[in-house]
Amino acid sequence: MAETKITLEQVRHVARLARLEWAPEQEERLRADMDEMLAYVDKLNELDTKDVAPTTQVGEAGMPMRDDEVTNRPAAEAMLANAPSRERGYFKVPKIIE
Amino acid sequence: MASELNKLTIGEASSKLRAREITATRLTRDCLDRIAAVEPKLHAFITVCEPEALEQARAADARLAAGNAPALCGIPLGIKDIYATSRVRTTCASRILENFVPPFDATVIERLRADGAIFVGKTNMDEFAMGSSTENSAFGPTMNPHDTARVAGGSSGGSAAAVAAHECLGALGTDTGGSIREPASFCGVVGIKPTYSRVSRYGVVAYASSLDQVGPFARSVRDAAIILRTLAGPDGRDSTCSARPVPDYERALTGEIKGLRIGVPREFFVEGMQPEVENSVRAALDNYRSLGASTVEISLPHTGYAIAAYYLVATAEASANLARYDGIRFGLRVNAEDNIALYESTRAKGFGAEVKRRIMLGTFALSAGYYDAYYLKAQKVRTLIRNDFERAFEKCDLIVTPVAPTTAFKIGEKMNDPLTMYLSDIFTISLNLAGLPGMSIPCGHDSNNLPIGMQLIAPPFAEETILRAGDAFERTGAFKPRSPAV
Repeated sequence: MAETKITLEQVRHVARLARLEWAPEQEERLRADMDEMLAYVDKLNELDTKDVAPTTQVGEAGMPMRDDEVTNRPAAEAMLANAPSRERGYFKVPKIIE
Repeated sequence: MASELNKLTIGEASSKLRAREITATRLTRDCLDRIAAVEPKLHAFITVCEPEALEQARAADARLAAGNAPALCGIPLGIKDIYATSRVRTTCASRILENFVPPFDATVIERLRADGAIFVGKTNMDEFAMGSSTENSAFGPTMNPHDTARVAGGSSGGSAAAVAAHECLGALGTDTGGSIREPASFCGVVGIKPTYSRVSRYGVVAYASSLDQVGPFARSVRDAAIILRTLAGPDGRDSTCSARPVPDYERALTGEIKGLRIGVPREFFVEGMQPEVENSVRAALDNYRSLGASTVEISLPHTGYAIAAYYLVATAEASANLARYDGIRFGLRVNAEDNIALYESTRAKGFGAEVKRRIMLGTFALSAGYYDAYYLKAQKVRTLIRNDFERAFEKCDLIVTPVAPTTAFKIGEKMNDPLTMYLSDIFTISLNLAGLPGMSIPCGHDSNNLPIGMQLIAPPFAEETILRAGDAFERTGAFKPRSPAV
């Protein structure tokens, strides 16, 4: 049997970080899927990358700057139009502070 | 009997519209009739915009009558449901955005509108563009117009199928690992993924921001060039978008490719590839030689590592990009007693299986203790893949490969095995990692009459080379795409 890349406990930890809820009966299948992917990506370790710089972006160098000017108009109603719950011009959420 | 103007190319329709031989209203009506007739079999669209399209058509007719209308004025297009479209819902094929109506247009939508293009509807896709078959759509898969038991490819499968089935004259897709090129290949149409940063992504739902790119589908290279010209160019609302001026791509279509050096990477003709795919691409290469191009064998030695690098980089970026779907400001909300529980239950219910799987993998690859081993390692391998292409382009102007190892596979065939599904992007994915432009054009059929696509790859911002070579191949008439079965 191949070495396990990720345990159920780790899967639950990652799920908390990702804010994803999983039913207990889904966890083992998920773990197995992640395990298979992690075993597959292990092939990257065949390559020596000690002296290789990482590529984070492939766009053209530099970030263009623009003047810091307001170009849009206030549009509170448009912003709130998709809110799942709202009250008097605010997004409504469950109580945060006791 | 319908007039079937929907079968015209964009180039043909544009001439006829401007000569007032046809009206945009008639053309749009024919597309909408075709949509009504074939959608039950194809499901290429999530939302059809009939009243809006007819209103746009009337405005286009007024503009055409006044003269001097742009090339895309009055041309009906399909828009992947990943683009923000003002007042028309944008679902990204996800339950979490099922009822989301953007208050604004994406930059490319704004540009197409300004040209007078008509949007017949929002096309189906894999949820959040994660997939290679459009089977991951929360609203059900798109069927391939050449064989409805098979997939249309993905993630932009709806756009590819809609163009192939004459439901519209062209369409927009997005390509993060092959999501324009693979469905173009499976459906027998032209699809371009431009150079990273060539086209603005403002208003395009983000999947993996260092890889995502916007591009067109069409039934000819010329049509794709016409759409690309409107899409491309700097945008103050997308800081990653290049400031380079946009060439008139249509003028690159000279038919002349004498002296063009075509590289053929040995790693792209591998064991396990469908023989008919290899034969068709090799026949196209013979064609290119007869037009005066030369071919040279090249090597892209890190090709075999591209999928592994991609699935770490893309999922890591996706895990960050999709953090915004929390049920607070827009989209689905599943109520719970506190905020954390609300986020968790909303995301559990709102996202489909593949999206959740990728968020999990990406979160893991970025998590404390694993970042260097996975995410950073993948970014270093990404450098090696870029270097491969840089070296290859010292010896050639263009690289020609198959788009996918096989023609369209059966619906359901790969759904239970994510890794096998990922492998269908083996020939397209390295271009996204390297930021290069690539185009899929039809070059053959297999024994089941399923289309085969050839991929043309050029150095950054050399879209004109790709377009010229693609158009030159079309002109030979060596291969005539067949109309789909539906």
